[in-house]
Amino acid sequence: MTFSISLTVNGVRRDVELDNPRVTLLDLLRERLQLTGTKKGCDRGQCGACTVLVDGRRINSCLALALSHDGADIRTIEGVAEGGHLHPVQEAFIAHDALQCGFCTPGQIMSAIGLIQEGQTDGDPERVREGMSGNLCRCSAYAGITEAVLDAQKKLAEAGGTDAGRRDAA
Amino acid sequence: MTSEISLSTVPAHTRHGSNIGQPLTRRDGVLKVTGAATYAADNHPEGMLFAVMATSSIARGRVVALDVDAAKAHPGVVDVMTPAHKPELAMDPDAKTNPFMFRLDLLQNDLVRYAHQPIAVVVARSLEAATEGAALLAPRYEEEPARVGLDADESFEPAAIGIGSPARIERGDVEAALARAEHRLEATYETPAQYHNAMEPHAIVAAWDGDTLSIDTPSQGLAMAQGRLAGLFGIAPENIHIRSPFLGGGFGSKGLVSGPQVLGIMAAKLVGRPVKLVLRRDQMYGPVGHRPPTRQTLRLGFDGEGKLSALHHHAKTVSSTFDDFFEPAADISHTLYAAPAILTSHEAVRADIGTPLFMRAPGEATGSIALEGAIDEAAFACGMDPLAFRLKNYAEVEPISGKPFSSKALRECYRQGAERFGWSRRTIEPRKMRDENGYLVGWGMGTATFPALMFQAEARAVLRRDGSGVMETGAHDMGQGAWTALAQIAADALGLDLDRTEFRAGTSDLPDAGIAGGSAHTATAGMAIHNAGADVVAKLAALATGDERSPLFGAGNAGVVAREGRLHRRDDESRSEGYGDILARAGLAQIEGKGSAAPDPSVQETYAMHAHGAVFAEVKVDPDLGQVRATRLVGAFAAGRVINPRMVRSQFYGGMIWGISFALHEHAVMDRRSGRILNADLAEYHIPVNADVPSLDALMIEEHDPHVNALGIKGVGEIGITGSAGAVANAVWHATGVRVRHFPIGLDDLLVPAAA
Repeated sequence: MTFSISLTVNGVRRDVELDNPRVTLLDLLRERLQLTGTKKGCDRGQCGACTVLVDGRRINSCLALALSHDGADIRTIEGVAEGGHLHPVQEAFIAHDALQCGFCTPGQIMSAIGLIQEGQTDGDPERVREGMSGNLCRCSAYAGITEAVLDAQKKLAEAGGTDAGRRDAA
Repeated sequence: MTSEISLSTVPAHTRHGSNIGQPLTRRDGVLKVTGAATYAADNHPEGMLFAVMATSSIARGRVVALDVDAAKAHPGVVDVMTPAHKPELAMDPDAKTNPFMFRLDLLQNDLVRYAHQPIAVVVARSLEAATEGAALLAPRYEEEPARVGLDADESFEPAAIGIGSPARIERGDVEAALARAEHRLEATYETPAQYHNAMEPHAIVAAWDGDTLSIDTPSQGLAMAQGRLAGLFGIAPENIHIRSPFLGGGFGSKGLVSGPQVLGIMAAKLVGRPVKLVLRRDQMYGPVGHRPPTRQTLRLGFDGEGKLSALHHHAKTVSSTFDDFFEPAADISHTLYAAPAILTSHEAVRADIGTPLFMRAPGEATGSIALEGAIDEAAFACGMDPLAFRLKNYAEVEPISGKPFSSKALRECYRQGAERFGWSRRTIEPRKMRDENGYLVGWGMGTATFPALMFQAEARAVLRRDGSGVMETGAHDMGQGAWTALAQIAADALGLDLDRTEFRAGTSDLPDAGIAGGSAHTATAGMAIHNAGADVVAKLAALATGDERSPLFGAGNAGVVAREGRLHRRDDESRSEGYGDILARAGLAQIEGKGSAAPDPSVQETYAMHAHGAVFAEVKVDPDLGQVRATRLVGAFAAGRVINPRMVRSQFYGGMIWGISFALHEHAVMDRRSGRILNADLAEYHIPVNADVPSLDALMIEEHDPHVNALGIKGVGEIGITGSAGAVANAVWHATGVRVRHFPIGLDDLLVPAAA
């Protein structure tokens, strides 16, 4: 038996036939749609490496069955930079050295974008740390991650609006 | 760097002139923040199948049945690899022909020697089918009682610890010195088993073409991996091509080829198609190494003024039943404190676990937390400030060997670290400091140290007629910043701007860059690069100075300097010529040079070479609940020359957070009845999250070392964990007055004695 779903991934409609109902959103992205920027660190929602935005909200894609997201709008790390320009969060991650090995970085960045959109941190480092604590980093680039999120948040606020914020989109 | 990598527009990238020492941003930053950096499991060669391992749920015994038929009947399953059905190997996986070779579990028989040992591999057309097939194998076992932990069996003195170090070293007569000492202190510290838990699980994508093997897999040692695989599969090393441009963390667990990586290659051979095999997180708690538990006894003798007269550091540790890796925990006591009599000794037991291996600061991390705790205890016994006690016992020469240090700016680390932290306001007595919310506040410190090592490496340098250059070495970037720091060294070695320098690394067809371990990669690969640059520049200079049409003609004895793509006469810098002009006139498209690096035995015989540091920590403890939070850490490190301070700071921070983790968070909990790890996942095996991380400060203390290597590099990858773990543990004591001698320190440790 096969299952048909259609998703919008980074603005592109994808019609997918699944031969197995157990395919997770993460494995769909990585192994079937070849969008390997999203990483698998634990496959059980404990590390956050697989964080993507589904209808604007951050989720662990390893805990989501692809089938239950028929019709959803998915944004992954591949869809963050646009028109050759990095997103302010991406730029801030480089500037503050908020990464080392880089494996958790796509999840951290998606989580940071989600967190900024949630609008709950009010520029408070302690609340950023708390809000980013679903994303493990074994290299422990946490200090840089917190700085980067605060910096990007400030720049996005200055640019007006919490979501867009891309230099070319303004 | 591979050609598809584009540089960021972030201004910190633009740099002309000398590159070493500049805080450039990561050259691989754009790839890593866009998801374009390709890790092993991101590869999908045409026709690839998925392999999933089945691993043992018992710790000791035999597999007596696997339902291979059920797995094979499952839709999508292509084959099931078992001890009875697998490709032949050219070498026994239990053979051992050098000290860096460890025994592997490659389905050689039905024996189970530890939990999570691979017992079969299912290959299928989809990941889901392979996963379901592996579950259908439903193994049945003949189980034997597991031998568990530090008291598993009779102990013995290992023939060697670490890699070839003696288990017992004594200078002076420790027993006599202890007998004479005015004060004696004996304390036993226990450290738990820890697992590397790099964020990237071990993964391999393997493809065979006849007797040629192409693989994507994370490796901290490409040439060693190539050699190991050549032996196992009976093919020439040059027939094996390994790509490892990015490691998703290593910490030692990807230093040597692990069994599961080899199983992926075997599976590809069995089915005759490319295969991807990625470990599940729980499968990383067995076949890919770990830091073994230790029980360490420190015996110190000292006088009333706090001068040490004797130091005995004894460490008991655990290895597997079938191989030898013995954590050299006591050896940390060789270098730090100037006791006239020092004895370090080790004993070990064997248990039913996967073989332990190198994990970030192997020996130094475990040994440091125990030594720094005991030193803290001794200081308090003398009524002394812990920093004053350490300064009283400051080692002017290496205590165990009597050798002078090649350089040692530890006093400056103590001074600047203490000042930044505000250490002088600390009370000697514990449980005397509170914050405005009533939390107990504790301040503790530890000394950090790590040896300055060098391995062997080679590099190849090319200068081209268009004025650009290439530097090649098979270096490894597991996050420490090799793509950036080594490129900076390469640009300076070639006398070029960084944007004119192409740096190639991360594949096995490049010159051997040694191993990314022992905090020695920047020094080792960096020196090979430095020497390759010098070689190619010398060849270019010979072309110019011997050519009477060149402005450099006759510079011979005076020599030339390479800078920004030109050679200048050393005695008259106004006379210069561009690389491209020299090559063009000689009719050459390019010129090539080679360089190598190796430790210098005469320097090693003469000097003790170590990086040093001082770490100061603050913790706050809830007096009612015993909950501990590290709130502030200041580290001051002297590690020779810093190539890229932005990346070095990240390495120090990472190490310091590993220190917090060692003291307060991580441990593998073993079920003593089954020999299984109860918390083999990232929810229960606690590593720090962002909210656990306090305010951090890492000071880089200026240190010029003329002996370690020509570049003066000591290495920064591992030192951060040393000192930090002890500083946090000592701060917990200072906050509470409760000396906890086992780790991680939990709130239960702090509540029970306080209530008593």
